[in-house]
Amino acid sequence: MALDKTGIAKRIAKEVKDGYYVNLGIGIPTLVANYVREDIDVEFQSENGVLGMGPFPFEGEEDADIINAGKQTITTLPGASFFDSATSFAMIRGKHVQLTILGAMEVAENGDIANWKIPGKMVKGMGGAMDLVASAENIIVAMMHTNRAGASKLLKRCSLPLTGVGCVKKIVTNLAVLEVIPDGFMLLERAPGVSTEEIEAATEGNLIINGEIPEMDI
Amino acid sequence: MIRKEVANVQKALQGVTNGQTLMLGGFGLSGIPENAIAELVQLGVSGLTCISNNAGVDDFGLGLLLQKKQIKKMISSYVGENDEFERQMLSGELDVELIPQGTLAERCRAAKAGFPAFYTPAGYGTEVAEGKETREFNGKMYVLEHAFKADFAFIKAWKGDAAGNLVFKGTARNFNPNMCGAAEITIAEVEELVPAGTLDPNQIHIPGIFVQRIFQGVNYEKRIEQRTVRQKQ
Repeated sequence: MALDKTGIAKRIAKEVKDGYYVNLGIGIPTLVANYVREDIDVEFQSENGVLGMGPFPFEGEEDADIINAGKQTITTLPGASFFDSATSFAMIRGKHVQLTILGAMEVAENGDIANWKIPGKMVKGMGGAMDLVASAENIIVAMMHTNRAGASKLLKRCSLPLTGVGCVKKIVTNLAVLEVIPDGFMLLERAPGVSTEEIEAATEGNLIINGEIPEMDI
Repeated sequence: MIRKEVANVQKALQGVTNGQTLMLGGFGLSGIPENAIAELVQLGVSGLTCISNNAGVDDFGLGLLLQKKQIKKMISSYVGENDEFERQMLSGELDVELIPQGTLAERCRAAKAGFPAFYTPAGYGTEVAEGKETREFNGKMYVLEHAFKADFAFIKAWKGDAAGNLVFKGTARNFNPNMCGAAEITIAEVEELVPAGTLDPNQIHIPGIFVQRIFQGVNYEKRIEQRTVRQKQ
């Protein structure tokens, strides 16, 4: 069965390693924090200027001066720090943040990503996404494999305005885990009960299947 | 000590006129210069170019200036959550330049620090880089981005003193420190204006040299945009 958003977040949480500073985008990526192993040390960075983000505050303890990049009220954990926006992006551009997890509207087999604009329909802006994808060494995209109409979002070439070029390394969707390699999307894992044929049918870009593809362990 | 303190927001905003370029600190509604924005509405200045990460919401923050059609151009990284903004942008009344958030911060910092321009990887290969110089360093491509040039920077800090020294709180810091000293005149409003000598020099986030005017702000609403909480077990 295809994963839901929580399932995608749980699978991505396995990619978070001990000692990582991690930037989480808005949407599914935000959920990842809930499923990271408790026996490892990880700090979450939010580009509006905080390292060491904790859970949402208890009711009545919200502070307008302590929010994440999604403008949600948050708390901080011991060891946390606050800083200005230029310092925040120095962490990102300077590759001090080890892992970036973000959403996408489209990704292409060459690693291009589009997630900020639908011409004529939605123009909210790129926020920090262009800085993140242009700099991070390790980018995981969390997304649904297809859009609501059933069309693939894993394409030969992105049709929407790009956020970054050749930057996506790994993709976790409701159907599969894939790695972007020079020849296209290499299938690494299937969602439980999802067949390689289903994944092939949902992938417009070149899908590379080498041997038996294991099911995700989540 | 060089004194920067002015009596109120009216005195602080002297010299603000139509057609100027303004920087405004804040991320979402956190750390926005609420008093300065209210005074800009009062003054009715128009044709403004506003450099700010976001554009407020319909009835708060820069949304108040948008309602009165005082803004000609917005330079931001993210402008969701504002219907009036979207309407003005789609109808062509409002000119909008969307730029990557890190580039926005660095274009402020560059202006403050005396750099005319800098190379960044953000936006390479996208429409953001169209018409801009690009250059390869160590096998990777970068885009040349220029320092901003602005008439006024409006800053919101937590505490400040008469010398213009500032201390910020939490994530209300955001773009505020980067905009201090990035415009011809920097105006800081603070929740608490304390006597000089009260703030520990070791703990100052922005030295007063980057601030021309400082005043005690009033009636802070500090609206929360997304109130997210968890229940006590």
